[in-house]
Order: sequence, then structure tokens, then C-alpha cells
Amino acid sequence: MSRSLYDKLWDAHVVVDSGDGKALLYIDRHLLHEVSTPQSFEALREDGLEVHRPGTQLAVADHSVPTHDRNLAIDDPQAAAQIALLERNCAEFGIAYLPLQGNDQGIVHVIGPEQGFTLPGITLVCGDSHTSTHGAFGALAFGIGASECGTVMATQTLWQTRARTMRVTFTGALQPGVSAKDMALAFIAAVGSSGGTGHAVEFAGEAVEALSMEGRMTLCNMAIEAGSRTGLVAPDEKTFAYLEGRPRAPSGEAWEAAVAHWRTLASDADAVFDPEIVIAAGEIAPQVTFGTSPDQAVSIDSALPGDGALKRPMQYMGLAAGAAIAGLPIDHAFIGSCTNGRLEDLRAAASVIGGAHVADGVRALVVPGSMQVKRQAEAEGLDRVFKAAGFEWREPGCSLCVAMNSDRLPAGARCASTSNRNFEGRQGAGARTHLMSPAMVAAAAIAGRIVDVREALA
Amino acid sequence: MNRLERVEGQAISLPDADVDTDVIYPARFLLITEKKGLGRYAFADRRDEPGFPIGVGNDRPILIAGPNFGCGSSREQAPWAIGDLGIRVIVAESFGEIFYSNCFRNGMLPIRLERDRVESLRRIAEANGTILVDLKAKTVVAGDLASISFEVADDRRQALLNGWNDTTRILALHAADIARFEAAQKRAAPWLWT
Repeated sequence: MSRSLYDKLWDAHVVVDSGDGKALLYIDRHLLHEVSTPQSFEALREDGLEVHRPGTQLAVADHSVPTHDRNLAIDDPQAAAQIALLERNCAEFGIAYLPLQGNDQGIVHVIGPEQGFTLPGITLVCGDSHTSTHGAFGALAFGIGASECGTVMATQTLWQTRARTMRVTFTGALQPGVSAKDMALAFIAAVGSSGGTGHAVEFAGEAVEALSMEGRMTLCNMAIEAGSRTGLVAPDEKTFAYLEGRPRAPSGEAWEAAVAHWRTLASDADAVFDPEIVIAAGEIAPQVTFGTSPDQAVSIDSALPGDGALKRPMQYMGLAAGAAIAGLPIDHAFIGSCTNGRLEDLRAAASVIGGAHVADGVRALVVPGSMQVKRQAEAEGLDRVFKAAGFEWREPGCSLCVAMNSDRLPAGARCASTSNRNFEGRQGAGARTHLMSPAMVAAAAIAGRIVDVREALA
Repeated sequence: MNRLERVEGQAISLPDADVDTDVIYPARFLLITEKKGLGRYAFADRRDEPGFPIGVGNDRPILIAGPNFGCGSSREQAPWAIGDLGIRVIVAESFGEIFYSNCFRNGMLPIRLERDRVESLRRIAEANGTILVDLKAKTVVAGDLASISFEVADDRRQALLNGWNDTTRILALHAADIARFEAAQKRAAPWLWT
């Protein structure tokens, strides 16, 4: 029987098949961060359990870490305690922890691939919904809750319901100035914020094949914003080239054997998906969200809709139905996050600056996704480009994507942001978020208003 | 885990679509590393709005929500906070998937129903009527409505009815299956075992 990539990944991890669409699934890898695991470790203690395979777990602090003055003690005692607790728990249960002061710290979904911890063909979980990111490598990766994190640590398994499969094919090529972020936002707007619920989404087509691994991660990262816990891209030569030589990737003969297996991880030609969605990549314009759900996005050259159901989001965002999104003044700009905090994202943003300066009245932050991204960007001189233009160059962390650290926006602030969620209060209580690509955010920071980056690049 | 078999009482109505887990439990309170007593932070940025129906002192065990309730972040603080307000059952047309799973791990029952059925229960809730949820029978009974059947995966139903702990139950029932799987994977994919 023909199988999709998802089917192959699922079938290879069934420990017990209950026969009703559910299986006890083996979990190969678990990423941990400071926010979703304190209660998981507590549950292990209450039940007197140990971690079954500590070597399959990797921990890092990202959500609550400050992105400035890393050499100083953390101001917020709650954040300091939470990070210290993760470190203590990892030491007690024998789990590798990438220290905050070290060379490998970063956002959990940036460091997994960077370390070669994320591999094709594996199951990977994390107490974070953006775990879908790792599907860019052809891994079955999904976000879970804190209780499930405890179950994974103790048993290396989870009871799961087999998902239905959706394929989204991006035909053709993107226009200049349009990126994986725009593909993601266009897809989410097309299917809606729950259109992917219950489905594993495989992204395919020429425009996906043409994406770098960074771009594929951006695309899979946002599958959850369409309700799907799992995004997937079939691994190919780009995937293998990205992973070869990474610290936790296999090497030597093991590498050769692994790659031979990974080459089999593509959907069969006659695999059936329901639904199949086709999007012409060349028709995607830069996308900007206007509401408080990631599916509320429009092309930069469109007017805002006037649907009565959008009354609350439009009111929260301080926008009028039918107005243009282009030209809307901003006062904050954020480049970073597990969606768009990688080297390619920083390059795209820097390329728009062209010697210009951030507009008066705009505060702009660049927060690299990891220490490795930061160092590579600095080696290329990107930090000097950003700083000369008036952007703040920060230390790695989730920063303004989650606003549970020292980076928070005041009520009423309007932010052009490369992050993944425009929910009410996501960047600070009462703050307003417009999601867009790194190039679009950089262009908005320079102009002081939302603009079409295609014009800035022309 | 708390057992759940029958829940009877009045219900809260929160009809908004796409109520995400950031709205249910704003991120700044995620710095708290406890799981008990989080109800006071539930809907922290909404509950002062006039007429907002959920808050501390709630005595209604059922929530009739809008579509895609609990979408967004995987934070289990969302069901912990709602549960701490005494809510045991949430009825909606659809749920964020991770939130849906998290409810079962905390003695709470999320029920998916077709829109017209959700709306008929909402009318009962808004009229302060009593709703009875019976997990054994998989039915919701309220007012003069015909009994409404709902679907729930049998393993999850059994776990709620019996108050099972998923982790210890997997170890008790499937340790040998897991060992067998691992032995096979070591042979088939040895690069995962170095």
C-alpha cells in the first residue's frame, strides 16, 4: 500500500497498536526548556521514576532568559529561579543542559537542528507548540504538554492518535522579496487557524524544494498556527548537507547508513492526501497580519477586510475596516524568534537596510536565535550593519515572541514582528503585533511604517 | 489524577472563536513553576472587561466555549488554571489539539460537538439552566433538549473514569513492548543509539 512520509514515520515508531487509530508511539528525542518542565520533573519525583534514556534528552533555557547583559545576574528573581531549577533538574536526572553562558545556548527549536540533535526519520517532542519546526528535516515532531513531557522522560513513549494527512504544494518560484514566512502566512490565511487541526501537513512543490533548511524550518514552524501539530518536508540533499558534521549527528559508517535510510523518507508517488492544497508561489505577495489570530493576514497591497466577525480583533488592533495596511505607522520592530531568528533571516533583514537608519520614534531589536547564529552573524559583520542603522543587537532568547522575559511592549504599542503569534497580549498586555517576514520588518523599521519590501528592494 | 464520571451544574458561556492559551493564561505568569492555585491568573487580561463570565469565585463546572478553543501554545497552565476555577468539562465545536490532550491529563473532559448543538447548550447556559454530562453514557442532557451523544476516545474515557496515571500505567502494561521495540530499533537504526 502506498504511504505518505507521515505514514512511514508513524509506522516505524509503533510500539503497541491499539487497533482504533491509536498507538503507543516510541519517542526518539525530547527537547526541554525551563518553562514546560518544572512540573514534569516534579511528577517523576512524585511517582518515584527515573529518566529512561537520558542521552535522548537535551535541555536549554530560552523563554524567560534576558537578552541583554548576559554577564550580569538575572534581574527577575522568578526567571532566575526557573532557569536555575532547569539546571538542577537536569543535573539530578542526568540530562545534558546547554548553559546560558555557553557557546551553544539558543532557542530550543534553533539549537536542536544546529546540534544535529534533530534528524530525519525520528520522532521528536518538546513542551512547546513550535516543535513542528523540526518537521523540516523529515522528522515526526510535535508539541506536547508538561504532563506528557514527564511521560516521555519516564517511558520514552506517548499514546497518540494517528493524524489525517494534508499536502500543501507550492508550485513555481517566489518573487524577489517574498520568503518562507510569506508562504506560511499565505497558507494559514488560506486554510484558517484550525484548518490543519487533526492533520499532519506535508509541504511540497518546487518552491519548497528551493527553500534552504532555514526557510523550511520557518514554514514548518508555523504549521501549528493552522492548527496542525506537525509540519513535514521530505529530506533531501540539502537536509543531509545541513546535518553532516553537526556535533550530535551520526558520523562515519553510521552517517552513511543513516543517509541511505533517510533517502527512503518521501511520500510514495500515489500516496493519498485529504485535502490537497495547491498554492502558486509566484502569486504570493509579502503578507502582513492585521488581527489577533495568525490567519488574519493580507497581502501588503490589499485593503483590510470589513467582516463584522472581525470586530473584536480590529478593535484590539486599533484598525478600521477597509483601510490600507501599507503606510500604517509602527513604533517597535522585532527580528528574531524560533520562526525567523536564523542566519538567513538576519541576512535578509540586513540586506534591506542599505545604509539607512531606523526611523525616529521606532525601537528596533535584533535577537539572534542562538549563540551560534549570533557568532556567525558577527563574523559576517551583520551586527555592525544593524547597530549602525540603530537596531539593538541582543543575546539569544525568545524575547518579544513570548514576552515573559525582560523584553515586553507597553499597551498600545504597535510592532512589526518576525515572530509567530499576533495573539492579544502576546508581546505584552495590550500590545499590537503585525506578523511579517524579516525583510518586511527591517523595511518597516527604516520607514517607520508598514511598507512593501519589494519597493524598498527595487 | 482526579476521576470524572458525572458532572452536573450550571455552565459558563464564552462564545468567542480562537480563544488562545495566551488569553487563557498570559505568558508572564508562566514564570511560576507550580501547577496548583493558578486560577487567579486565568484570563488575567480579559476578566476585568464588563460582563466577562469567568473568574475567581466561579461555581459553574461546565464551560460552553467557541470554536478552536485553546489554540496556540502547548502551556498546560491553561487547563491547570481553568481546572483550578472548578471547571471540569469544556464543550466546543473544536479545540486546539495540544490543549485538548492536556485536559485529559488533568481530570478534565473536553467535548467536541457540532455547532448547532454547542449553540443549543449555550442557550441553556445563558438561561442559567442545569447541564448533566455523563461520561459513562457519553451523553449531555440539559433542559428540554434531546439527549446529546458525544465521541471520546475509549482509552481517554477509561483513564478519566478510573483516574489513571498515564505514565505509571504505560510502565506497568508495556515495559516489555518498549524493550522489544528498542531491541529492534537498535538493529534497524543503530545511528540513533550511539
